[in-house]
Amino acid sequence: MTDPARPTRNEQLRAGVRAGMPFAIAGSLLALSFGVVAQGAGMSALAAIAMSVIVFAGSAQFTAIAILTQGGTVGAAVLAAALVNSRFLPMGVALGPSLPGGPLRRAVQGQAIVDASWAIAGRGDGTFDRWLLFGSSSVQYLGWVGGTIVGALAGNVLGDPDKIGLDAIYPAFFLALLIEELDDRRSRFVALLGGLIAFALVPVAPAGVPVLAASLAALVGLHTSARAAAARADTR
Amino acid sequence: MSGTVAVIAGCAIATYLIKGIGPLALGGRELPLWFTSVVILLAPALFAALVVTQALADGERIALGADTVGVAAGGLVAWRFGSVIGCVVVAAAVTAGLRAL
Repeated sequence: MTDPARPTRNEQLRAGVRAGMPFAIAGSLLALSFGVVAQGAGMSALAAIAMSVIVFAGSAQFTAIAILTQGGTVGAAVLAAALVNSRFLPMGVALGPSLPGGPLRRAVQGQAIVDASWAIAGRGDGTFDRWLLFGSSSVQYLGWVGGTIVGALAGNVLGDPDKIGLDAIYPAFFLALLIEELDDRRSRFVALLGGLIAFALVPVAPAGVPVLAASLAALVGLHTSARAAAARADTR
Repeated sequence: MSGTVAVIAGCAIATYLIKGIGPLALGGRELPLWFTSVVILLAPALFAALVVTQALADGERIALGADTVGVAAGGLVAWRFGSVIGCVVVAAAVTAGLRAL
């Protein structure tokens, strides 16, 4: 653990901030449209900002607002948000073993999970660098809250977020993350499989479930791990 | 208004639980090989699903539109130039342009 060649915690924290910066900027545009959309759903500016400060989960926030706009109940909005967030469940399971401390302390550290940070913090060998995670998430948190404030307070100037294409930002954001992951044949295959699972489930399952179910595509790794165990020397 | 507070509180609690439960249950321990192999592949599976559900669908139905084209254009930028900001800006601009037609 005290390897001198290993970067220090501050270096990793700064590296995380740098790596997270583009996602923070992209996320702030998204937050901007959240600020506008939330008010369209009857939320006050203060409520929209408070939601970003407290919840800090973009897709879940958009989902909850969409359900409310459609006249859904509080319970339906929360359940849909939870389902959309359910992808953080496998991410948390993956991250857990890389976190130090007791169960509660690990759970608190797990709050730093957001999509881009989780991907950035992954070392590619199944372990995670928590300081990269914290650095990347902190700057994205600022971008998220800042964007929401601007959107909530100045949203009227902006007009309809769909008109200026802000709804394309979320999928584009995830596509940029995805492209980073497609460096070998196996991950490309899993991405294709995950995409197909989600696509097939969209018409029949509530929002969020298709994405959670797509994580099953990663079980392809079970097959390859058996082979890797046989030829461990060859795998990095 | 109290409905709004309940939604925010509910979303917050649900998010904290979902993000916390994995780290709570799994401590700093040696990872079995099968676990590692699956974990590495979670990212492409989840991100591909997120792209598909948002760019190719609208809620619970398949829907292709200006945003689909915009996201594809953004993906091209991310792939060729490795720029996240370029990707989202191009995606929004192309989507907006197509809708303005």
